[in-house]
Amino acid sequence: MINLESPKKFAALAMQAHQVAKEVFRPISRKYDLAEHDYPKELDMLASLLDGMTAGGGASGAGAAGVGRGARENSDENRNGSNLSSLVGVMELCWGDVGLLLSMPRQGLGNSAIAAVANEEQLERFKGRWAAMAITEPGCGSDSAAIRSTAVKDGDDYILNGEKIYVTAGDRAELVVVWATLDKNIGRAAIKSFVVEKGTPGFELVRLEHKLGIRASDTAAFVLKDVRVPAKNLLGDPEVNVEKGFAGVMQTFDNTRPLVAGMALGLTRAVLEETRRVLEAAGVVIDYNAPVITQSAAAAQFIGMEADYESARLLTLQAAWLADNRKPNSLQASMAKAKAGRTCVDVALKAIELCGSIGYAETSLLEKWARDAKILDIFEGTQQIQQLIVARRLLGKSSAELR
Amino acid sequence: MSTADVLMGRGLRVLNRVSASPLIDRFGLRKPAERLLFLTSKNAFRAAGSVGRQFAAVQKLAQPARLAKAPSRALFDLTPSDEQQMLKDAVLAFASEQLRPAAVAADAACATPAELLKAAAELGVAMMGIPEELGGAGAERSAVTSALVHEAMAQGDLGLAVACLAPSAVSTALVLWGDEGQQAKYLPSFAGDNLPAAALAIQEPRALFNPFELQTTAKTVKRGYVLNGVKSLVPLAATAELFIVAAQLEGHGPALFIVEANTPGLKVDAEPAMGLRAAATGTLTLSNVELSGDTMLARGAQDAYAECIALSRIAWCALAVGCGQAALDYLIPYVNERLAFGEPISHRQSVAFNIANIGIELEGMRLATLRAASRAEQGLDFIREAAIARKLCADKAVVIGSDAVQLLGGHGFVKEHPAERWYRDLRAVGVMEGVVLV
Repeated sequence: MINLESPKKFAALAMQAHQVAKEVFRPISRKYDLAEHDYPKELDMLASLLDGMTAGGGASGAGAAGVGRGARENSDENRNGSNLSSLVGVMELCWGDVGLLLSMPRQGLGNSAIAAVANEEQLERFKGRWAAMAITEPGCGSDSAAIRSTAVKDGDDYILNGEKIYVTAGDRAELVVVWATLDKNIGRAAIKSFVVEKGTPGFELVRLEHKLGIRASDTAAFVLKDVRVPAKNLLGDPEVNVEKGFAGVMQTFDNTRPLVAGMALGLTRAVLEETRRVLEAAGVVIDYNAPVITQSAAAAQFIGMEADYESARLLTLQAAWLADNRKPNSLQASMAKAKAGRTCVDVALKAIELCGSIGYAETSLLEKWARDAKILDIFEGTQQIQQLIVARRLLGKSSAELR
Repeated sequence: MSTADVLMGRGLRVLNRVSASPLIDRFGLRKPAERLLFLTSKNAFRAAGSVGRQFAAVQKLAQPARLAKAPSRALFDLTPSDEQQMLKDAVLAFASEQLRPAAVAADAACATPAELLKAAAELGVAMMGIPEELGGAGAERSAVTSALVHEAMAQGDLGLAVACLAPSAVSTALVLWGDEGQQAKYLPSFAGDNLPAAALAIQEPRALFNPFELQTTAKTVKRGYVLNGVKSLVPLAATAELFIVAAQLEGHGPALFIVEANTPGLKVDAEPAMGLRAAATGTLTLSNVELSGDTMLARGAQDAYAECIALSRIAWCALAVGCGQAALDYLIPYVNERLAFGEPISHRQSVAFNIANIGIELEGMRLATLRAASRAEQGLDFIREAAIARKLCADKAVVIGSDAVQLLGGHGFVKEHPAERWYRDLRAVGVMEGVVLV
């Protein structure tokens, strides 16, 4: 039966996550925006609490580690599982602070990659460890098939060489999932991901970035010089399969894109709630019965912002729901990420205009949210990459035809 | 073969397709499907001739017949029920086989062929929303089912969809807000052999129209009410036998009144518009129209009126989604086949991204519409969700209409392709109040 309300069984999880966002994240939100690169030590206790929640309740936590493997049992039965519950958690936490969510120990995007493609032995071995994700290089961003970092088999190990940038939580995580190619001439099919332990000789952190937003989250750059990684740390299939190509490493995105969209949604909701408060204090009336054209320009614009938020939110729930029910969701995941990413930037920037100096000054969090928002339309696939994916799917075009 | 036989054949062809589906037996749906088929054929075989009909109660109801509230649901779910899927498929088949081929002529003629309206009635869409004790086939209130039907119908043609669905807006209003006397008098006709043309008239001809501040007035007098005012863009205005008219009840607020078409003081003028031309829109002028005291719906309850406006907005959203889908489905093969500079134009990002954005916004519109409908049928507050879906659909629908023409270039501007009609029809979505209901 068609129902688009947030599942009732996740209400308790949402409430818990909301409490964390409100009582832990919000009070330190500005502090770590100003003190970029300081470690938010307040999060350690929180992470333990979250581990406990995950281990105890069966409710898969509120972070990126929860997504991936859905039900295998009764395929006909509608299922609201870990993809949806993780999404609900992420939305609530990012209502608090996106940068702090990204700094949550053991909830990194590397953890999602492990959850999505690791084998049972690897899942067990990397359990409970904080993993970051290293894809981008100075010479390749969206075009991840152009990765230049290399992996060369040497006995029971691979030797990794290259340079990685924009590694979220790269400084603080214990593991980094590094993408590297087995053969630069083969292209996509040769790209594999490797779990690299921090402290491995040759794996060096070279700098932390200074950023527009999400300053609570560290963004690291690494060089890899003859880094020796055990072969058993390769995630997925070690063979170069030109037929199957990129699918292995890329399938992580089908599960993580809805989560990153969820981050954008949490931030957008925070902006909408604060903007409504400021507008109503200024005497603006928002009426859902009267047509928008009969209302003040501010009220009409606000309802439009809410409309885009609703669209993005439902697209994202759909993508996670499909994943929970083990149905293909690449198209819907990219639709969700595209819509949520652009909506959050749009809404956050419009909110500042609506709220005036209250929105622009550091006295409220609105200006910070507008700075944080931009990354959400960039990482985990930019707006343009999502549109490319959606277009290829709708038009039935290959990446060679529609470039 | 008589026209009736031909029509019967058409209706049956659609239903035959439904009943041939293996889904039906697998899910034990043979019975409901057969019931629908039975009702359809029963209606087709009865004698025609509704013009100048007298609405009269043939049965007495002790209390108003309402459909059971749909049960509330615990899980997020986007899968339609088997019955919903079946109905949607049947309407989609009707829309593509009957509506789409008739769209150009109906648009030009500013009229929907009578046989098409009958064929639509044969589908049993209105009947599904009328309780069984009044001769209908409905058991449970389903705004979602209705939204799916509106969407599927508009995938054929938006103007024809409005014409086909306008009568069921009136029957749905009677089911939701009519008292036992009003229901007994009017609803059996809507469940019966030939559906009366009917229209829900809310819109008024002025800028910044607000359905909560009407200029059409209703004055309470000894015998009932006296109505004055002008209603705009009323579908099937000239042929409708029954109207539900919104008027500002003096000293009270907006309310809905049942007005039979032969009531003295009513005047209909053709009011063809940019689009929705197949729905034969007209103005309805009410000059001292005297109504008896039992003609007001819901005793003038303000929450019922607000609900009516919101349900109508959801229906317009669903129509927008259907028409938008038709546009997208048309555009994809076009941009893939159209060559420029030696390759399909879809190989250019400016074209491809445009298609992507239509797809993204359309899917968001669909989900926002379904959410509002699903909240409505579960008895949850849905006024805000309806307003938000409307804002979304109104804004994006015009963009989709405009992009559809743009992507076809000059071909989009000429009537050889349907894009220019969609451009005109989709502009209605942010304008219209009333007319259709989920």
